Amino acid sequence: MPAVSKGDGMRGLAVFISDIRNCKSKEAEIKRINKELANIRSKFKGDKALDGYSKKKYVCKLLFIFLLGHDIDFGHMEAVNLLSSNKYTEKQIGYLFISVLVNSNSDLIRLINNAIKNDLSSRNPTYMNLALHCIANVGSREMAEAFASEVPRILVAGDTMDSVKQSAALCLLRLNRTCPDLVPMGEWTSRVVHLLNDQHLGVVTAATSLISTLAQKNPDDFKTSVSLAVARLSRIVTSASTDLQDYTYYFVAAPWLSVKLLRLLQCYPPPEDGAIRGRLTECLETILNKAQEPPKSKKVQHSNAKNAVLFEAISLIIHHDSEPTLLVRACNQLGQFLQHRETNLRYLALESMCTLASSEFSHEAVKTHIETVINSLKTERDVSVRQRAVDLLYAMCDRSNAKQIVTEMLSYLETADYSIREEIVLKVAILAEKYAVDYTWYVDTILNLIRIAGDYVSEEVWYRVIQIVINRDDVQGYAAKTVFEALQAPACHENLVKVGGYILGEFGNLIAGDPRSSPLVQFHLLHSKFHLCSVPTRALLLSAYVKFINLFPEVKGTIQEVLRSDSQLRNADVELQQRAVEYLRLSCIATTDILATVLEEMPPFPERESSILAKLKKKKGSGTVSDIEDSRKERNVNANANVNGSSDHTITNTSAKPPPSFACDLLATAPPPTNRPRPIPSSSMLHTPLTPLSPKAYTPQPVTPTVPFYQVTSSPSSDLLGLGNSSAVNSASPPTSSHAASLLVDVFSESLPVAALGSASAHVIEENFSRFVCKNNGVLFESQLLQIGLKSEFRQNLGRMYIFYGNKTSTQFLNFSSSVVCPEPLSSQLNIHMKAADPVLDGGAQLQQILNIECISDFVEAPVLNIQFRYGGSTQNISVRLPVTLNKFFQPTEMTSQDFFQRWKQLSAPQQEVQKIFKAKHSMDTEITKAKIIGFGTALLDGVDPNPSNFVGAGVIHTKTIQVGCLLRLEPNTQAQMYRLTLRTSRESVTQRLSNLLSDQF
Amino acid sequence: NRNERRRIGRGKLRLQKWYVALSDTQKKKISREVIQMVLARKPKMCSFLEWRDLKIVYKRYASLYFCCAVEDQENELITLEIIHRYVELLDKYFGSVCELDIIFNFEKAYYILDEFILGGEAQETSKKIVLKAIEQADMLQEEAEAPRSVLEEIGLT
Repeated sequence: MPAVSKGDGMRGLAVFISDIRNCKSKEAEIKRINKELANIRSKFKGDKALDGYSKKKYVCKLLFIFLLGHDIDFGHMEAVNLLSSNKYTEKQIGYLFISVLVNSNSDLIRLINNAIKNDLSSRNPTYMNLALHCIANVGSREMAEAFASEVPRILVAGDTMDSVKQSAALCLLRLNRTCPDLVPMGEWTSRVVHLLNDQHLGVVTAATSLISTLAQKNPDDFKTSVSLAVARLSRIVTSASTDLQDYTYYFVAAPWLSVKLLRLLQCYPPPEDGAIRGRLTECLETILNKAQEPPKSKKVQHSNAKNAVLFEAISLIIHHDSEPTLLVRACNQLGQFLQHRETNLRYLALESMCTLASSEFSHEAVKTHIETVINSLKTERDVSVRQRAVDLLYAMCDRSNAKQIVTEMLSYLETADYSIREEIVLKVAILAEKYAVDYTWYVDTILNLIRIAGDYVSEEVWYRVIQIVINRDDVQGYAAKTVFEALQAPACHENLVKVGGYILGEFGNLIAGDPRSSPLVQFHLLHSKFHLCSVPTRALLLSAYVKFINLFPEVKGTIQEVLRSDSQLRNADVELQQRAVEYLRLSCIATTDILATVLEEMPPFPERESSILAKLKKKKGSGTVSDIEDSRKERNVNANANVNGSSDHTITNTSAKPPPSFACDLLATAPPPTNRPRPIPSSSMLHTPLTPLSPKAYTPQPVTPTVPFYQVTSSPSSDLLGLGNSSAVNSASPPTSSHAASLLVDVFSESLPVAALGSASAHVIEENFSRFVCKNNGVLFESQLLQIGLKSEFRQNLGRMYIFYGNKTSTQFLNFSSSVVCPEPLSSQLNIHMKAADPVLDGGAQLQQILNIECISDFVEAPVLNIQFRYGGSTQNISVRLPVTLNKFFQPTEMTSQDFFQRWKQLSAPQQEVQKIFKAKHSMDTEITKAKIIGFGTALLDGVDPNPSNFVGAGVIHTKTIQVGCLLRLEPNTQAQMYRLTLRTSRESVTQRLSNLLSDQF
Repeated sequence: NRNERRRIGRGKLRLQKWYVALSDTQKKKISREVIQMVLARKPKMCSFLEWRDLKIVYKRYASLYFCCAVEDQENELITLEIIHRYVELLDKYFGSVCELDIIFNFEKAYYILDEFILGGEAQETSKKIVLKAIEQADMLQEEAEAPRSVLEEIGLT
């Protein structure tokens, strides 16, 4: 037994805990717990009313059992009863049980809320605190609804005790985080700002947290906090270490408050007022100076607290990015930390320097530390620190040091931890491309990457090298020579075989003059790897062989023999078999001219953003990397155009990905060139499915735009073979060559429309869109694989949408990603923020993603949700129109008949009114119509229209910049089954849009 | 902000506190992952770990690990000192605290935490004030406590 502490009385609980601890086995423990559960259950169910003490004790035991990791399915009611006890300790246990165990969507919330309400109005500070703690701990929507107006009142009331103010501030913060829409800004906001002047530092600390959170969303409302925060900070920074009494922590004055104030200031740009700005700069200088002073204590707590403030100050300096002297001083300070004996400081210095590297003022200063950073890469024992070093090298890289950094990263890769190899590979690939002056270096680097870490070289990386080689004719010969040499290695990675096969297939002729790499040698070299490779690689090699037939007529016979062998023609794999059959046929029947046309060199790929960069961003989330990238991009205007140009209007983690409605843009992220282009379910294809196709090929695949490695393999070629009555299975008599030749030419000319077809089928799905105009929940999209459900809520100009992705299959979806695209001009009218989704969606599982929406001004278009994931080896792309429509930002307005008509008259200009007469699409049920108008967002005004069968509504559209009042009148004519809808608003575009949205609903 | 704070000893969770709403299954899964990761760390490694889109800040005191999962932009060092201040509070309250104190008086550990941190943010960083609040509550408790029967005192009910 431990020394029992003060004020404790629950002996039974202590005995129970001892019993549990004495249990020798897991089984014994479970047995003891079950016994206790049975006992408690019978006590709770028993006839004898339990007194408060026993109830408290049993509830506490249940809590203990829960904390051991067992499920508790009863006792909640008893805990709620304890809340209304007038004994403090019983109340306390009741609240504790509820904070720990009650889920935010429990049925008991109403009862709990009642008890809280009583305690909040009790004027007993201890009880009030318990109640506020409970709200903050549970923080559910129901609680926010019940208390969102009460808590601010307590917070700013003149007679509230300090400790209650603190609890109220943080309670409000929690509610604001859970349901920002429910915590309205009001006159209390200005009074909250003045809490920064409070004498009690505890109150200031709590208030600063609250203000920081609120200011992030409504910076304008809290502008005045800047000067107060600077004044407060200045007083803390200049105070003697004893001035603040108990708020001094190991000789550091109020470190928590300082950090919070510095954080608050990061919500704003540098102060405009010169005096305030000067004072802030002084503060920051003082903090930097203090870092140079000898420590006042040897305790790690002292240095941690001091440096916590320092790092936060540096964050603010970087955030402002306007004071070159401060930036360089910050960089030097971090430079000292790079070699500090504390691992934590080295880690943080590396991390912080990463952001400094993105400032043009300090980029050069950061670069001076390159040797130290390279050294940490080699000597650090902690992988997290090495990871930071890699990040920093990546961030500080530019044209001047790219070769050195890439070399160091490559050599680190040989021994790097498996967990970070893929990321390093991506980084090396990006840097090599971005800063390549001569592309032979680039090719060497990527081949080295494959050699050192082939398993970690993702598809994106090797697609990219092929794209670049194809687009740059100055490097093609070198690339062919280099891959040829690399392939000589007895054991080379399959990725190298892929790159080698592709490049030799395209450019093998450039090195064929050398007898050491004659066509036949090239072919044998490739074919020696064939049997060790996976199916997709073999498929790619087969395509390379048919290209050889075109490039080098002299090896035609050898290759035909290979194609004709049973292991190809009768391969169990349908894809390989089909290729062998088709290529063999093609080589037999086509004239050299036709062959040359069909197997022509690949045309250049359209220039676009590197898919590798997109992948890295995705891997790292929308966090640091993309930020660094974006800001660095601005500076490196000279850098390769490919990596520039992220589209501003694409949001979230995949921000760099181009909108997938353009097939050519998508090529960057497209499936491998190895894959034969998947049969696009075009009608011609479906009519003649003579060629063996795996059933998978027919599953709806909304656009898998492929890199058309060989035009001949695009779908019309199977059509051709079908027409020619020869298929692999039937092996009917071959058609005459002249016949085939003309067809082949046709085929070729059709290959472009095929690509266009691909892009057309990338259409945005919007069939369920209009269902959501008048309601907020439901199923937005459903296919055999995926179901997308929506739940949304809107308030004034803000909205939140919960997207639920349900995997309907039993297989995992991999690389799951989603992004929201707002095409111009929508991107400036709506702000949408989305957190990255988990990349893996298990079979049968559901994934939730939250979208925060802010309406800036009125808009017409709706954003598009793009979803991408891998399922069963193929990438699925789905684009769905998201039902974020203007009417969602309606606030209903009640008004009298007189008011209504007065306003109606005021809006009589012709461009303010839109009238539509249309036929009813649904039954003209009065109740349904009413529900739709209310669902549309306006108030339904009774008794306004003299004709009772008409409907009249009014509401205000809230956007950040303007508010638009709207009046509407709907006149049904049941006889004619027609409606007349009249809308009047002060803004033409709004009237138009609302009219279109609403008239579609009846 | 501060997503969770927990204390673990020998792979067993002793105390956990969540500042975001999650289902029990999610909580258990997260706990398991974090415990595994933290226990795998060797001494002298840095006290910060990246995990999903959060950062884990942890510190070891004898057999107990204290961990906080915080958002990416949160200040790591000050979080580390949050942990230390909490340990100081426990230490002061229990008088050189040990794991058993926390096991037997888990409800106290929760109260102290609530007085110190609320909604994931430091509420009161002064040690004196926090302890005074707890002591006052204890006083209320003692006053309210009526004498129990002998049987109950020895824990037979």
